[in-house]
Amino acid sequence: MTQQTTSTLERPSATDQAPQAAAPPSEGFLATWRRLSLGLWLAPVGIAALIGLLYVYYQGLDLENAVRQTGSALRWDTKLWPQLVQHVQISFWATVIVIAIAVPLGIVLTRPAFRRVGPYIVAVANSGQALPAYGLLVLVAAGLGMNARAAVWAFVVYALLPVLRNTMVGLDNVDRAVIEAGRGMGMTRLQVLTRIELPLAVPVILAGVRVAMVLNIGMATLAFLIGGGALGVTIYSGIELNQNSVLIVGAVLVAIVALTFDWLGAVAERYLRPRGV
Amino acid sequence: MSSEAKIRLEHVEKRYHGSSVPAVEDLSLEVHEGEILVLVGPSGCGKSTTLRLINRMIEPTGGRLFLDEEDVTTVDPDHLRRRIGYVIQQIGLFPHQTIAQNITTVPRMLKWDKARMAERADELLHLTGLDPEVYRDRYPKELSGGQAQRVGVARALGADPEIMLMDEPFGAIDPITRERLQNEFLRLQAELKKTIVFVTHDIDEAIKMGDRIAILGERSRIMQCDTPERILAFPVDEFVDDFIGAGSTIKGLNFERVGDLRLGGYPSVRLGQTPAAGLETLRASGRDWLLVLDEENRPVRWMREDDLARSTGSYVDEGEEVRVRLDADDTLFHSLEHMLQSSAGMCCVVDKRGALTGVVEMTHLRRAIRRAQVEARRHYEDLEDSA
Repeated sequence: MTQQTTSTLERPSATDQAPQAAAPPSEGFLATWRRLSLGLWLAPVGIAALIGLLYVYYQGLDLENAVRQTGSALRWDTKLWPQLVQHVQISFWATVIVIAIAVPLGIVLTRPAFRRVGPYIVAVANSGQALPAYGLLVLVAAGLGMNARAAVWAFVVYALLPVLRNTMVGLDNVDRAVIEAGRGMGMTRLQVLTRIELPLAVPVILAGVRVAMVLNIGMATLAFLIGGGALGVTIYSGIELNQNSVLIVGAVLVAIVALTFDWLGAVAERYLRPRGV
Repeated sequence: MSSEAKIRLEHVEKRYHGSSVPAVEDLSLEVHEGEILVLVGPSGCGKSTTLRLINRMIEPTGGRLFLDEEDVTTVDPDHLRRRIGYVIQQIGLFPHQTIAQNITTVPRMLKWDKARMAERADELLHLTGLDPEVYRDRYPKELSGGQAQRVGVARALGADPEIMLMDEPFGAIDPITRERLQNEFLRLQAELKKTIVFVTHDIDEAIKMGDRIAILGERSRIMQCDTPERILAFPVDEFVDDFIGAGSTIKGLNFERVGDLRLGGYPSVRLGQTPAAGLETLRASGRDWLLVLDEENRPVRWMREDDLARSTGSYVDEGEEVRVRLDADDTLFHSLEHMLQSSAGMCCVVDKRGALTGVVEMTHLRRAIRRAQVEARRHYEDLEDSA
């Protein structure tokens, strides 16, 4: 009898081992790429190269002898730099407000008491995104006036959906057993939310925020339509004056801003992701 | 029943909104301090619901719930749950927290200081057979199923609750690891003496783990609640009989010890005595087999009449070697297993020095089974009389 017991005790040690964390000796190229997130560190190189190219191009332009309007439109200190700052500000505030609205709303809509109204609110947010951007801008401007603040609010309506939807999906995807275990040990609903659900939903929420941010940077080029300024002014001037140099400088600057912030989002996603997940 | 129940359910009922039949109907149950009460029953009988009524993960719609004779039917459920360990089949470890953080979930809510929590985490890892040095800072995804469930148990023991609720804790684990975890858990329980309510759908697990078993039918009605020995010996009705399934008599042998049998002497011959003397003893006894003992009274071989007739007196080649010797702590189940393997159909019982103290024969097993059945029946007749 004793012999049998010991044999059943020893045998399972093989099956009861933890999965080995060590990487296999011959790691493929893709695996190395992913493990070190090389993509994450190559992006700044690409962005820097783009900035370099734009700088060279800009220096090469003969602004002294250009048409008067072109020279004025491409002045760094009075036009490009202030527009760039405004562009970043508009996108930044739109994104911050989106987070401030969509994350709490997503939390509320995933609570049992409000779960049933969730689909309706998502439908409303969806229609916000379905509205033509121009029409939305004009509508908001009619209410808030022709300025950058109105533009920010228009973009908030526009970018609400990805963050709201990802917050809800992220929270809904948290393993029910984990929540059950937390509740079963006497965590309050609030503790389960703040200590378990939200940390576990962070990667999905961040992905939504990143989408909203890039969306906002793109949309900010339209802010000039209601007197909001930003880099759209330069791009539009390029079209109006039929000057490719102006158009290119404006468009590439927007691209640089978008790529930079997308990269920052990727870095945040990687480092704010809870360990162990 | 005793009045010092650790957990007491009085006419507890759970009725879901819009459902005409209650999920749990008029359930009264007592769990005594330090025992493992197993709730077992077919799928959908409400055993998990019943378990979750105890820590009010599901709020009862009727009846009362007592812990240590304190009515907890309406106290703050979050505070109630911090007094009760809870283990579920899916384990539900927090993936973003280390093993040590997982284990100290309840202590953290109770605001223990850091040093005490770290110490407690190490202690519990140790207790559940995991090396703290290796595991305390790991994350749940680095664990195998068996290890994860050990951590699940350690986490439930976090703040040293007196009561534990376990919902099919070993249900999702491979059979070999499951058996090991069951054995370890029983060893742990012998030391900790928690009051445990354990849910399973596996009657064998119930028999193994339970001090008492409550067999539940539809709507969590208790069909029989008793020690596994009595349930196996005397299933009160067809439902229980069906649920226990075939082999209940044999399973019942697990609860009888060889040492409790009254074994008589057995005809034997000693090494050195002539085969002729042995033959005489055997014929006088009227049995088929003779036992050969060595100088120290240790059983060596079984001999039949024709083996003895052929024997030269050295008793090495003839008959059958005695391979297994039971001691007083072995169960009749093991005895039966070895009896079926031996051609003699009997099993030798020896003391610590290996000297023969008796021979288990089929009639002994039959008598033991009969006795258990009669005892159980008498117990139920007495209950009826006193009712």
